[in-house]
Amino acid sequence: MKEIQLTFHKAVTNGPAIAPLAQDSVIAGFPSPAQDSFSPEIDLNDLLIAHKEATFFVCISGESMRDAGILDGDLAIVDKSLAASDGDFVIAYVNGDFTIKQLRLDKDGKRGWLVPWNKQYPDIEVDADDDFRIWGVVTHVIHSMKKGMGHDK
Amino acid sequence: MQLFGLADCNNFFCSCERVFHPELRNVPVVVLSNNDGCVIARSEESKRLGLKMGDPLFQVRDLIEANQVAVFSSNHTLYGSLSNRVMSLLARYTPDLTQYSIDEAFLDLSGLGDAEHLKAYGERIAAHVRKATGIPISLGIAETKTLAKVASKYAKKYPGYRGCCMIDTAEKREKALVGFDIKDVWGIGRQLHKALTYYGINTAADFANKKESWVRGKFNVVVLQTWKELNGISCISVEELPEKKSICTSRSFAEQGITDLSVLEEAVANFAASCSEKLRRQKSCCRGITIFAYTSRFRMDVPHHAIHQSMVLHIPTQSSAEIIGAALHVLRSNFRQGIYAYKKAGVILWDISSQRQVQQDLFDPVDRTKQSVLMKAIDAINQKNGRNKIRVAVQGTDVRFGLKREYLSKQYTTNINDIIVAKAE
Repeated sequence: MKEIQLTFHKAVTNGPAIAPLAQDSVIAGFPSPAQDSFSPEIDLNDLLIAHKEATFFVCISGESMRDAGILDGDLAIVDKSLAASDGDFVIAYVNGDFTIKQLRLDKDGKRGWLVPWNKQYPDIEVDADDDFRIWGVVTHVIHSMKKGMGHDK
Repeated sequence: MQLFGLADCNNFFCSCERVFHPELRNVPVVVLSNNDGCVIARSEESKRLGLKMGDPLFQVRDLIEANQVAVFSSNHTLYGSLSNRVMSLLARYTPDLTQYSIDEAFLDLSGLGDAEHLKAYGERIAAHVRKATGIPISLGIAETKTLAKVASKYAKKYPGYRGCCMIDTAEKREKALVGFDIKDVWGIGRQLHKALTYYGINTAADFANKKESWVRGKFNVVVLQTWKELNGISCISVEELPEKKSICTSRSFAEQGITDLSVLEEAVANFAASCSEKLRRQKSCCRGITIFAYTSRFRMDVPHHAIHQSMVLHIPTQSSAEIIGAALHVLRSNFRQGIYAYKKAGVILWDISSQRQVQQDLFDPVDRTKQSVLMKAIDAINQKNGRNKIRVAVQGTDVRFGLKREYLSKQYTTNINDIIVAKAE
């Protein structure tokens, strides 16, 4: 039941299969010689996922976020545990569909807008009566550059 | 004072479906058994419509259509995944978590602060799980497991508790039990309920207020245990608790715990074998298998690690070999050699169905051993390539068993081809 299927590129090839925890932090420069053969592999899960229990993957479909660099077919990493604040990119549930937009809130947080990043699309004003739910906050978007190696190949 | 927390996911299967269908939040939802035969999970709205557990679909179809009830086939892969997430979050809040079924777990909350702080702590746990996973939970805190269950039912029923109800004094206990139907107490089955009603016992308080000698004289030791627990005397272990939905075997390990994979394998294989025996004894099969193993949270000087991992078999089984094999597979893929000392481990079997449904298997020409090798190969391929295409072969097996899954939702968290699509339009 692996949640993620990413190809991990080995950064260290001579370490043990399971690396013990490194005890000393490294402040630029040389690591302690006592530790040099025990560095854990770089793991994209650690880099990109702060809360694994709250993290979901979402496929982006459409062009309305193009100018923010979020393109059709991209893979969004979404953290449901974060409180959405003004300026966050969010997955929202509006009138029966999941959608990705930037959230803008006025000062008292009563009125909100879901803002697309593409002039051809209108802002959506949202209030309590709308079928509106901030489902999660987008923390990263993965855009595949190599043909045939994306999640939706 | 020893304090148990019982975290219970509200209408778990329905809540899982709602995570990915926010529009269903105030709409009646039901989940059907394997083969879409009968209702096995209901949202609160569905309960209010009068839908009952075990109602055959064909009998309630009119009611469902008239009230626009949202209907789902069992999606145990999804439920297993979300259960793992919930349990993993809960494990952070206690030195000792014991998962008890797919959607329930006990948290040892002893010595974690005074009543006021603990109540706030409980509310925080419920709020965190809800926000992070979308699954609402009800937490009951009390001196015994049976009382914790009572408390969790109060927490579920009244939103004012904000997800956490505490029964930590004699006054609260009395008050809670007076308003609690005896038939809803853990361990009070139908026969026993009849007998108790005969003696004029209708509420949990009626029962708890009987003299110990009276209970001793009329009932067996299990009933006496329930009586003691209702009176605040903890005496039931997790293994002894009644549960039809799942079968659990677990144990704490002595001394330093287990660091060696082969030792832990042996323990887990034994748990799996014991669960399989129980399964066959009740003439059932299971599809879901959960393994858990924890390091001690009390020891601050050793690294912590928790394994909670579920897997769903393609075909229900009751074979020890298959169940042990699956349990060990899960264990091996999660075990960290040499770093962690595991103090406790266990196996839970769930998604349990009657063996009758699967017995057609006896007349099946397929060699089960070969089939399990095939399954392994398929799993390996699927892990690399995503699930759907290779699953066709397996779904072929489902067809042979006549499995109906007309209302199946997607594998939102375990299959990259099934994730949510957000429209940028």
